[in-house]
Amino acid sequence: MAFDSLQEFLAMGGHAPYVWAAWCMTAALMLGSLIHARVERRSLLRDLKRRERRAMSEMPRKEVNDA
Amino acid sequence: MWAFIHKLGSPKWFYDISERLQPWFWAAAAMLILVGSVWGLAFAPADYQQGNSFRIIYVHVPAAFLAQSIFVGMALAAVVFMVWKIKVADMAAAVMAPLGAAMTFIALFSGAVWGLPTWGTWWMWDARLTSMLILLFLYFGVIALRGAFASRDSGSRAASVLAMVGVVNIPIIKYSVDWWYTLHQPASFTITSRPSMPAEMWWPLLLMVLGFYSFFIALTLMRTRSEILRRESNKRWVRDLAREEG
Repeated sequence: MAFDSLQEFLAMGGHAPYVWAAWCMTAALMLGSLIHARVERRSLLRDLKRRERRAMSEMPRKEVNDA
Repeated sequence: MWAFIHKLGSPKWFYDISERLQPWFWAAAAMLILVGSVWGLAFAPADYQQGNSFRIIYVHVPAAFLAQSIFVGMALAAVVFMVWKIKVADMAAAVMAPLGAAMTFIALFSGAVWGLPTWGTWWMWDARLTSMLILLFLYFGVIALRGAFASRDSGSRAASVLAMVGVVNIPIIKYSVDWWYTLHQPASFTITSRPSMPAEMWWPLLLMVLGFYSFFIALTLMRTRSEILRRESNKRWVRDLAREEG
């Protein structure tokens, strides 16, 4: 362990603003990419399912009309 | 060989195989980045000259590596798409660009923040810094070109051409520190030579680099799958898949 206490760790030997700014920006962009990818996948699947349900519910009605 | 390439190029095959590969890369990314972060932030010794500001290296170097590798990956995918007309390659190239831009931004931002206490300035028109800024603009250009056409195919081809041409910037970035040595130091971390850092500083960096690469692979697989669903939404197998899951 390079630090003796939590305060010392957070202070980063006086370099806290630099170290934490760089790390937080990195974490924010990487987590942001991950969350974006999840939201993207879910909304695509939701749209696909909705469209398929609509297609399926329209099918029988069409058959009735044909008959 | 050719059969394998064409199989790989089939969206359905890619969609299935990537589903099985993905969890491994996510797990590797999570483990490597977690261990590397704790080690690098709390356990690695402070640098005798730079003190604790050197801990920025653990995000700066992996991001800078990825920024360049992603551009090369995108250019290779563009070649595969243009030569063999494999659509999955174009989809992969499309989803790589925003992550590459984000990594380039992280490299520039963390470098600027690191430069303040170390060089006394956050920016200089040094060759390395300038060529990385050009890389960021190349990413923006690729993303913008793709969206600038009414037909998707024209956008894909324009973005592919820019990726293939823009890749000449990558060796310029790599050798900039040797050709015009002004501010940025030469590579401190290479595959071919023994590291100049002590092992307890070097190991966490290696873990972070591998973790970032795993993250990139996992995210690219995931988003390429989404892109497949988006572009192939009228295909039989995609509709069946939506029915089964719905």
